[in-house]
Amino acid sequence: MATTTAPGPVRPAGRPAGDDPPSRRGRRGVRRSYLPYLLLVPAALLELGIHVVPMLVGVWMSLLELTQFHIRDWSTAPFAGFENYRVTFDFDSATGRDLLHSFWVTALYTTLSVGFSWMLGLAAAVFLQRPFRGRALLRTLFLTPYALPVYTAVITWTFMFQRDTGLVNHALDQLGLIDGANPPFWLIGENSFVALLIVSVWKSWPFAFLCLMAGLQNVPPELYEASAIDGAGFWRRLRDVTLPMLRPVNQVLLLVLFLWTFNDFNTPYVLFGGSAPRQADLISIHIYQSSFVTWNFGLGSAMSVALLLFLLVVTAVYLLVTNRRREHA
Amino acid sequence: MRESTGERWARRIVLSLLTLFVVAPLYVMVSSGLKPLRDVQGAFTWLPSRVTFQPFVDMWQTVPLGRYLVNSLLVASAAAVVSVAIAIFAAFAISRYRFRGRQLFSVTVLSTQMFPGILFLLPLFLIYVNLGNVTGIELYATRLGLIITYLTFSLPFSIWMLVGYFDSIPRGLDEAAQVDGAGPLRTLFQVILPTAVPGIVAVTVYAFMTAWGEVLFASVMTDENSRTLAVGLQGYATQYNVYWNQAMAASVVVSIPVVVGFLALQRYFVAGLTAGAVK
Repeated sequence: MATTTAPGPVRPAGRPAGDDPPSRRGRRGVRRSYLPYLLLVPAALLELGIHVVPMLVGVWMSLLELTQFHIRDWSTAPFAGFENYRVTFDFDSATGRDLLHSFWVTALYTTLSVGFSWMLGLAAAVFLQRPFRGRALLRTLFLTPYALPVYTAVITWTFMFQRDTGLVNHALDQLGLIDGANPPFWLIGENSFVALLIVSVWKSWPFAFLCLMAGLQNVPPELYEASAIDGAGFWRRLRDVTLPMLRPVNQVLLLVLFLWTFNDFNTPYVLFGGSAPRQADLISIHIYQSSFVTWNFGLGSAMSVALLLFLLVVTAVYLLVTNRRREHA
Repeated sequence: MRESTGERWARRIVLSLLTLFVVAPLYVMVSSGLKPLRDVQGAFTWLPSRVTFQPFVDMWQTVPLGRYLVNSLLVASAAAVVSVAIAIFAAFAISRYRFRGRQLFSVTVLSTQMFPGILFLLPLFLIYVNLGNVTGIELYATRLGLIITYLTFSLPFSIWMLVGYFDSIPRGLDEAAQVDGAGPLRTLFQVILPTAVPGIVAVTVYAFMTAWGEVLFASVMTDENSRTLAVGLQGYATQYNVYWNQAMAASVVVSIPVVVGFLALQRYFVAGLTAGAVK
């Protein structure tokens, strides 16, 4: 949730919290044993009320024929069974075909954005390991895009991508890379996917940088010394020391980036002003459009549930595979 | 260990390119905010034809920026404070007690982080609307509704990060306080909280940033009166005219509080993440 800005778990969930405190139950009797539950009540109630219950309601809604006629009083919405799911997965119909198209666009977008963000984050973290003049300044500068509110960053990019008044076409023209008399459009048509990708990488790579930098601080310098004595060059140090030491960070970082990017709504919504061009029709925007433009909330919910199931399966497989590999390693 | 010449040049080139990539939008934002309108209506120029602060004056009239700003400030501050208060109690329970369901709670709370916002949006929208119709508690299109929604967004990460901080505080301190006769809550307030101040401040800033930057729910769950900056800032682009210079000026103004807050505390974010990564 809040998949937009939240730095997610970089530590695997459910990590045992240090040493167990000695059992105190004996001393003051029962009073102590319900205290932890009491402390958790506010957090649990809010999580239930805003996340768990709406999610279950969402599943219920996906089984209803919840169109504009029943929005006011949705207890009147007729039960539709799996009809909404049938429409969602009917890839021969326009609805299903568009959803499938949007899914593939999102998959490509996510792969490229996560890949580039991770690579840039790693490059910056590795090159900032060694102290030099201006290092602290660069680190601060690189974190700025992450601190910036998403919408101000994306509005600025929207301005930069304007065909006639933006920086991008102006700079490309000055470099002689485009025909200045007939500059390309960036926010409609084929180029919109590239524009979206650039903005996404600009926003996400600092988070990868932050996590990888934190991870590198745990690498003992002796390891680098030892590998340097062995005559290892830059690439071999990267492969034999840095990357293996970063594995625990990478495991969580890549998953979190994947989930955020796949669910990304803010970037296309602000960049394209609500209606994304077909080439950049990410799945969250697609579902939003299908729900709020046609007021068919039942169908929108079915699509959301399908998206959730997909993400759950991917996450489960990913954790299974990476954990197994970690045990073998 | 010495750096080879090749490495040094690779470092310089890579870091220069990254700097260029990061700085370009920041430069556009700041410099365009100082341009007169006709500068942003024609071809892009690297420098303003003349430097003017007029956009910073006009931006309050073009859209009701003041109201959006107040809304965002109220919503984000309330969400941050309440979220952190709740997270402190939860993190204390998880860090200092072993109880049945502890694991389940942690996993459930963290996994809500990964669910698509769009999945909650529709049901929550309908729940808020219907709750208002049935009970008269207006959560739809009110600031209260936004506060409650947003504080749950930052809650999981706040709890998780605070557990890390509390874990790093030696239990010997707790026990010493207990020997002096302090109960669990007094231990929390007099021993743990004072020690964890940097962590708590960092988490508060994070919760504030989350609420300050949220777009999806703000675009559906607000009306003209409760609108926040996330939606309101798009008002500079009208059908007839786009006031890019004012949009950039307003972006600068609304970015400054969170950017300064985050950068001032970046050390603690890195520390929190490092503590987590040690495992």
